[in-house]
Amino acid sequence: MLTFIKKTDINFIGKRKQFFMLSTVLVALGITALILISSGSGNLGIDFAGGAAIQLKFDQPIQINAARKALEAGGLKNAALQEISTENKLIIRLKKQEIDKTNLRSKVSDIFSTSFSGNTFVVESSTEIGPTIGEKLQRDALNAILFSLILIITYIAFRFEFRFGIAAAIATFHDVLVVLGIFYVLNVEITLLVVTALLTIAGYSLNDTVVVFDRIRENLKKRKKETFDEVINRSINDNLSRTLITSLTTFLAVIALFLFGGEVIHDFALAVIIGIVVGTYSSWFIASSLLVSWQKRTESQGKRVLKRAS
Amino acid sequence: MKKGIKGRLITIAVFLFIAIMFLLPSTPIYSILPDWWGKVFPDKGVSLGLDLRGGMHLVLEVEVEKAVDNSIERSATSLETALKEKELDNFTVTREGRLIHLTFPADQTETVRTILDEDFVNLVTQEEGGGKKVLTLRESEKNRILTTSTLQALETIRNRVDEFGVAEPLIQKQGENQILIQLPGIDDPDRAMELIGKTAILEFKLLDETHAILNEFPGRIEPGMETELINNFKDRIGEGNEILFQRTNNEETGENYKIPFLVKKGTVMAGDLLTDARVSIGEFNDPYVSITFNGEGARLFEKVTGENVNRRLAIVLDDNVYSAPNINEKISGGRAQISGSFTHQEASDLAIILRAGSLPAPVKVLQNVTVGPSLGSDSIRKGWMAGFISASMVVGFMIMYYRLSGLLAVMAMTINVILLVGALATLNATLTLPGIAGIILSIGMAVDANVLILERIREELRAGRPVRLAIDAGYEKAFTSIFDSNVTTLITAIALFMFGTGPVRGFAVTLGLGITINLFTALVATKVVYDYLNGRKRLETLSV
Repeated sequence: MLTFIKKTDINFIGKRKQFFMLSTVLVALGITALILISSGSGNLGIDFAGGAAIQLKFDQPIQINAARKALEAGGLKNAALQEISTENKLIIRLKKQEIDKTNLRSKVSDIFSTSFSGNTFVVESSTEIGPTIGEKLQRDALNAILFSLILIITYIAFRFEFRFGIAAAIATFHDVLVVLGIFYVLNVEITLLVVTALLTIAGYSLNDTVVVFDRIRENLKKRKKETFDEVINRSINDNLSRTLITSLTTFLAVIALFLFGGEVIHDFALAVIIGIVVGTYSSWFIASSLLVSWQKRTESQGKRVLKRAS
Repeated sequence: MKKGIKGRLITIAVFLFIAIMFLLPSTPIYSILPDWWGKVFPDKGVSLGLDLRGGMHLVLEVEVEKAVDNSIERSATSLETALKEKELDNFTVTREGRLIHLTFPADQTETVRTILDEDFVNLVTQEEGGGKKVLTLRESEKNRILTTSTLQALETIRNRVDEFGVAEPLIQKQGENQILIQLPGIDDPDRAMELIGKTAILEFKLLDETHAILNEFPGRIEPGMETELINNFKDRIGEGNEILFQRTNNEETGENYKIPFLVKKGTVMAGDLLTDARVSIGEFNDPYVSITFNGEGARLFEKVTGENVNRRLAIVLDDNVYSAPNINEKISGGRAQISGSFTHQEASDLAIILRAGSLPAPVKVLQNVTVGPSLGSDSIRKGWMAGFISASMVVGFMIMYYRLSGLLAVMAMTINVILLVGALATLNATLTLPGIAGIILSIGMAVDANVLILERIREELRAGRPVRLAIDAGYEKAFTSIFDSNVTTLITAIALFMFGTGPVRGFAVTLGLGITINLFTALVATKVVYDYLNGRKRLETLSV
């Protein structure tokens, strides 16, 4: 039998304060990113901010600086350029432009066909999105997040206990925010696909958390003599190899998508990869630890009540 | 043998059969199957989204308020014509916002009232007295325009697209006044945009050829200088005039320039009275569009040309002058020509637009996503490649780690993928790139259920239980975990579906189906194999 992990007895709960600290820092980063992104200074994709993205594929390699100069000369000043040099591709992003009257696609292709006449190209794709659609998409994304959150808390509270629901929700939020924060630091563009990835992460992380919680529920019934801390630690340890293996298989699946799936799906895959790591971390160190902290608080409150009564 | 094994095996086989039947049309095998196959079995498979097959996705907004303005403008023009036809003198019709101011000699109040009552029921009088009337559009009429103009625009765009010739276009109303257009496989998006987005309001207007300011007018200007020219002259061109431009390009030198015209504001004739528009070729091999008016149009055109011999008549489409020929004589027969410097393709597109009719109001582009066919096929290739690699890695890992039981998990995963893609085909769902990502992700998650079960079985075995009990206990204990975790993920998928658009929806559908099928294969397909093993007389070891 090939086993990565034999029976373990790691104390996940004991170091929870340190991990809470780490997570607080990461989540703070995520919240900062969220505020910056929603105030418009983050790297919001054109799906949300409005504007245009045009992807060109050239016959020969293209100098990114020469391309930028040509665009500036043609009157497109704030273009963000991204090169996929292995395939001679160039992505030009023009944010917050009026899209209606000025047909940016033909403007860009005119500029390149005159400035780089020796290097023929095709317009592989172009996306132009007006601000109204952008706002609608932002609203929809927010609704999707809130809606799923409420349903999930309700479901978990119904299947487990209310505090489990809250702990799962916090852990899920934690994961999404941490990934968002990391993306902000890496300056990855927040597109509709990235938001989809964030929701996928939420689903994945919950999946993980629920499996651990299920074990906790089971062990709480079975091991009545042990303390709450011990039961929780035992449950995480029981599930350790399952969590690792599931994370690993999902990771294997997504890493192929990241490496070979092409530029359209690249950021999506990256988000899910980071999400798997963060999700695994949070179901070990955050979700269950929150339950312990909750328990400790109610216990100490209970004691205070007892003292007053005596 | 345990009860129900046969039944479950049959269920799985039936599901697999249905899935494969629905899948066949999407595979290359379908092309070698006999003709009758398509009649008996499903002939439609998974359809590819625009991001995979290439094409254009447009969301337009119909500016319905402008349709109301247009309607008032038209009413004012035809009121003027009607009064002229009754040979009424000394009247004026002026438009001010959504109001029409009408003045006439006080002794003709009765005639005016008759005309208004008979032919202008869409107008309502707001103020009147002493040879004056202020008219506006009736509220019910305004509401009718607001509600119908999007549908009308939809119809017109559908006609234009039909004439343009696109396979499987999707054109539908979205929300209050938006139109969603999907044109798969289009290779000239700029041309399609021109064709769809043009309001195409055709008007005939007279030139003002006597105004003193014409001496100062430049013969031609650079494109882009139009606003400057208008600002320079606007105070001096007179109340009833406006400046419009003709776009001209010299084909030999490739030069583009614009010619300004001083045009009288009132439309002498609108272009909605035509029955046909065709491309013809002139004597210098230059294409032009010949239009044929209907009866009413022909009569009006004869009258207008008869009254204005030796004057120039501008043919204006969406406020651009196409040509401004001199009227040499009265033109009867109801035919006219629109010439201008256009290519054959531009001329034929213009003919399409004129035949399909004008949009009731201008449209605004809210979203325009175009994917070239090369990128689409590239994405498919990369998607399948990534899928193949991830499946191989997962399979390799599972067999290495769990050996024979791992093979069982892999079998479950294979069934899972076949059922998932089959379900997508059954629903005739559209496969998008995020959808492929969803399939790949569900490969990863599909093994999760099996991992949970197998880990539990291992635990039970470690605790010293006999194989049979370990399998049963493993399944039983893993069940709640699998159920709860899948339901929560399903909730996420539902939320994504409800609030997502386009590709995101595709992803949500794949994810949701993937999870449901996952639950089925883990709890039915794998279980039946273990039950079968359990049912055998001797079972002392399990390769897990």
